[in-house]
Amino acid sequence: MSTEFESETDHSKAVLKIEEATVRFCGDSGDGMQLAGTQLTNTSALAGNDVATFPDFPAEIRAPRGTLAGVSGFQVHFSSTDIYTPGETVDALIAMNPAALKTNIADLKSGGVLIANSDAFDKKSLEQAGYDDNPLDDETLDSYQLFQVPMTDMTRRAVDGLDLSQKEADRCRNFFAMGLAFWLYGRSLEPTRRFIDLKFKKLPAIAEANRRALAAGRNYGETTDAFVSSFSVDKAKLSPGTYRNMTGNQALAWGLMTAAKLSGKELFLGSYPITPASDILHELSRYKNFGVRTFQAEDEIAAICSAIGAAYSGHMALTTSSGPGIALKGEAMGLAVMLELPLLVVNVQRGGPSTGLPTKTEQADLLQVMFGRNGECPLPVISARSPADCFEVAIEAWRVAARFMTPVMILSDGYLANGSEPWRIVNYQDLKPIPITHPEAPTNGKPFLAYERDELLARPWAIPGTPGLMHRVGGLEKADGTGNVSYDPINHQHMTDTRAQKVANVAQVIGDQEVMGDPAGDLLVLSWGGPYGSCRTAVTRLQAEGHKVSHAHLRWLNPFPANLGEILRSFKKVLIPELNMGQLSMLIRNQFLIDTIGLNKVQGKPFQVAEIIDKAESLLP
Amino acid sequence: MAPVELPVLKPGDFGSDQDVRWCPGCGDYSILAQMKKVMAALAWPREKTVFVSGIGCSSRFPYYMNTYGMHSIHGRAPAFATGIKSCRPDLHVFVITGDGDALSIGGNHFMHVVRRNVNLNIILFNNRIYGLTKGQYSPTSELGKITKSTPMGAIDNPMNPLSLAIGCEATFVARSIDVHIKHLADTLKRAAEHPGVSFVEVYQNCNVFNDGAYKYATDKSVKSDNIIEIEHGKPLIFGKNRDKGIRLNGMQPEVVELGKGITEDDLLFHDELAPEPTLAYLLSRMRYPEFPEPIGVLRCVDAPRYDELLNEQVAQARAEKGEGDLDKLFRSGDTWTVE
Repeated sequence: MSTEFESETDHSKAVLKIEEATVRFCGDSGDGMQLAGTQLTNTSALAGNDVATFPDFPAEIRAPRGTLAGVSGFQVHFSSTDIYTPGETVDALIAMNPAALKTNIADLKSGGVLIANSDAFDKKSLEQAGYDDNPLDDETLDSYQLFQVPMTDMTRRAVDGLDLSQKEADRCRNFFAMGLAFWLYGRSLEPTRRFIDLKFKKLPAIAEANRRALAAGRNYGETTDAFVSSFSVDKAKLSPGTYRNMTGNQALAWGLMTAAKLSGKELFLGSYPITPASDILHELSRYKNFGVRTFQAEDEIAAICSAIGAAYSGHMALTTSSGPGIALKGEAMGLAVMLELPLLVVNVQRGGPSTGLPTKTEQADLLQVMFGRNGECPLPVISARSPADCFEVAIEAWRVAARFMTPVMILSDGYLANGSEPWRIVNYQDLKPIPITHPEAPTNGKPFLAYERDELLARPWAIPGTPGLMHRVGGLEKADGTGNVSYDPINHQHMTDTRAQKVANVAQVIGDQEVMGDPAGDLLVLSWGGPYGSCRTAVTRLQAEGHKVSHAHLRWLNPFPANLGEILRSFKKVLIPELNMGQLSMLIRNQFLIDTIGLNKVQGKPFQVAEIIDKAESLLP
Repeated sequence: MAPVELPVLKPGDFGSDQDVRWCPGCGDYSILAQMKKVMAALAWPREKTVFVSGIGCSSRFPYYMNTYGMHSIHGRAPAFATGIKSCRPDLHVFVITGDGDALSIGGNHFMHVVRRNVNLNIILFNNRIYGLTKGQYSPTSELGKITKSTPMGAIDNPMNPLSLAIGCEATFVARSIDVHIKHLADTLKRAAEHPGVSFVEVYQNCNVFNDGAYKYATDKSVKSDNIIEIEHGKPLIFGKNRDKGIRLNGMQPEVVELGKGITEDDLLFHDELAPEPTLAYLLSRMRYPEFPEPIGVLRCVDAPRYDELLNEQVAQARAEKGEGDLDKLFRSGDTWTVE
């Protein structure tokens, strides 16, 4: 459904036109902050802004109320120009309690809008957050535009008469906060009203309460003297087309379904729930009418093994996980390399090692997916750069897996998986098909060779049920050609070389590396994965200042594009920002024997553009 | 077009071109031979059958069958087989495993594939020892067993594979013996024909590392006293002269002698179709030397099968919502247009 609407804001107050804004909702993990952020995102996208989001929530489902550990946040960046990040410093912070204020205030820019639910700043909550005095009452917040809003009280009054318990009434507070934020940025309430109607179809009293709280929030902004003006952000000049908002996990799931259809296959997912990858399982489970079969296995190992079984049987096979699960899948990935079957393995990375920071982002699994298996065990690795990019990455990964008969690792991360941005909807018929053929029984009297190679060293994908092609595969080393068990030393060397060369051959189909900016200069910023947006924004700004800086963003990490070495050698310095302690740097130095300078951070947060600019400036002449 | 005459396959047609590399005298040879006979008797096209195995001596089995096959990784064969069967219900899928493979490293997968009732045939070669790694004790080795890794004797209580399978509500549970070839072939055939998961424990002699482990059940002079061939609807009678039986004393089975006031009607009658697994479990607990050990089908019941249910959901979704349309999906929900 396409939507056009007018802002409902009554322009009795001044409206300041701004180019962009970054807004963050924060509160207890039970306060509905993720929902509030999602609604502001969708509404802003529908209003034609470019948007990017960054949900930030604790690993605990409901940490004790009012504690610092339980604070959940959702940041939305919307703009009338192209944006690549979910925002740097926050322009408006909506804090539902003292703990949320305490953990988020550092990110609010000086002079920014601070809306605090003053009802929640009672003695107990202040103590829980570690405040000796109420910060709303002293001068600590003087550098911000502080608005104390008694949200609890106002929400209770808005829903009065609906026969709700106090707990139920208080649960509507996030809609009050949304209403206020919507007023502040001139947003329509309509999309959220539609959402309420759908979501609470069976709970008419709750639906009505949320509708009233939403309206009450908007009306509060409109009528109270505290707010003297609101803001408006023009439509962004995005490329023409129809758009929708997508998270990385959803885009990945849809890309996988599209890849299946393009290759004439049905999709099988073997998966085990793990943060932050589970949403791919949830999403794909909904589409059985697309022929998608999802299997929630008993563990990570069974998940990948079932997928390998599915691949052997002729399906498009997939397993999804995060770092700890990928560690458990290592042996089975080795088998997939040995069997030479097409398989997609998705790693939505999170902070590690061990359980680490399950809900926070990190890029520290690169070396794990490159080398974390026994024996010489190479496989292609592709990475997504933004939430919407996950769609294309899924298709490209399957194109390579099917063409080369190999498992392919797809790297996403928590930031891409849960973050969202507009996706320009594609027409299915505009996409390039993925041709797959299965052999039939030889008619020339020759025996079937399960490990015969084509020009790119791929073997045939013979599937059970085909007469005359009965063959056995397994983890023991294969004899070249027949695939029978072989312990021959020279054959093992040959097969090891062949498997490595096959993966190297992927470089022949992935195209050359592109560079944003001049092909030579003082500094190349080389990035992969989630930091794409901040690197691109940083380099664009540096270029505008006249610096000889270019940006290259890698999609394939194994193999590297064929021209990468030449690019690297055309710059005086190479800066690699990554959310790990220097893993791509290690690969680049090893393969190209050039020095690299790392900008490394593992704080569970994406890069700020300013961090990259600062580092780059320190390296420029 | 003239009707096509389907070739009649003989057991030998199911052998692959690979040399069989088990130790001479290994019980696995017999199981392989019976399996080929069963395959010929079932007359399924060879290309419609897949043998999946894990790691261990028994797991080399797929290499020796001229069907489709996968020699996978240790303990995980049920998971590979689940993937195959879920995508391709048209295939007949066998899991070949051993006591270490299925019950130790693969215990979790065994438990879950059984409770899901995936329509697979799981054949467990139980030799009560690790053979391929040269003689460590296994989860079914008896207490006190002296092996390379237990020089003072095993101190962990052994696992009973049938009890475990029944505990997971397996819908077909049976036991046979490698050298009891007719019984073995009949049991394997029934297992193959059972819709749903079928589990067969085969007593298999490892003549190198655990020779004679089942002497009590295979030696002609004593076996009739030590095993009891159970049959549906028949009383539990055993002994060389068929003069002994099993009677229930409250919840406990007891060995009784027929005659002297005890008739067949006093004995326990086997009911493999009993919906509750209680009787099958009770039988599985009868262990040598206190009791004769049952061979045959302990339990054979019907229950919904995972692979069928999964494919039914796919069919149902298509019937209710129509074949998925990506363009429609992409444009569903909130969208906006930029001119």
